[in-house]
Amino acid sequence: MGVTFKVYNDFLIVNLKGELDHHMARMVSEKLDEYLMRQSFKKILFNFKQVNFMDSSGVGMLIGRYKALQKIGGKVGAINVGKQVARIFEISGLFNIIPCFNDEIEASEKM
Amino acid sequence: MEVLNEMTIDFWSKSQNEAFARVVVAAFASQLNPTLDELADIKTAVSEAVTNCIIHGYENETGIIRIKSILRENEIEIWVQDWGKGIEDIEKARQPLWTSKPELDRSGMGFTIMENFMDRVEVESSPGKGTIVKMYKTIKNKK
Repeated sequence: MGVTFKVYNDFLIVNLKGELDHHMARMVSEKLDEYLMRQSFKKILFNFKQVNFMDSSGVGMLIGRYKALQKIGGKVGAINVGKQVARIFEISGLFNIIPCFNDEIEASEKM
Repeated sequence: MEVLNEMTIDFWSKSQNEAFARVVVAAFASQLNPTLDELADIKTAVSEAVTNCIIHGYENETGIIRIKSILRENEIEIWVQDWGKGIEDIEKARQPLWTSKPELDRSGMGFTIMENFMDRVEVESSPGKGTIVKMYKTIKNKK
């Protein structure tokens, strides 16, 4: 379980690894806050490549980020969303506010 | 319907145990030979119920969470119980997007996800005493 960050053009890519439940969502949120205190970004891309599980706590974390970024005119996106995660996106309506792309290249063209 | 197997576990309301609880119930459920999708559904529903106990039932204090599960020929029944603060208004708590803790980045989708992923969800709760969530899912045996 973990989170690493990568800067890509004007994006901050948040690479998630593990199961995005309440336990992990809290950790990701803390680490992301720490990172954003040093350098701010208007575009954040969550990479789900190594996430095979998410529940409503992950949804809450993503909505929190979306709201925070919206206030400063920024955007949140997601890449490499797998099957189980996609179902949670669909049921919770996340697809309507957080666009999903195949990879960071597509995201940087469209976001 | 004949009961094939039953199990009960008690564990502390620590967030590390969300993953533990999901895995234990999924391992138990695998005796019914479910599909991978059915297992993912069960794991997600258990995760939601256990997270509710930790965040809402015990409000991050330490308490005991009990999971009881019963296997029947083509159905799994899962109870997730806490002895925490209970739910004042169950109907409201089950509404999509409603949360008592918006300040904590909660989505309010917990019960909605449980209802979507399981066939039936029953909630029994009394303020100050605790909550039991009972969930049922038919397993279409692959054979």
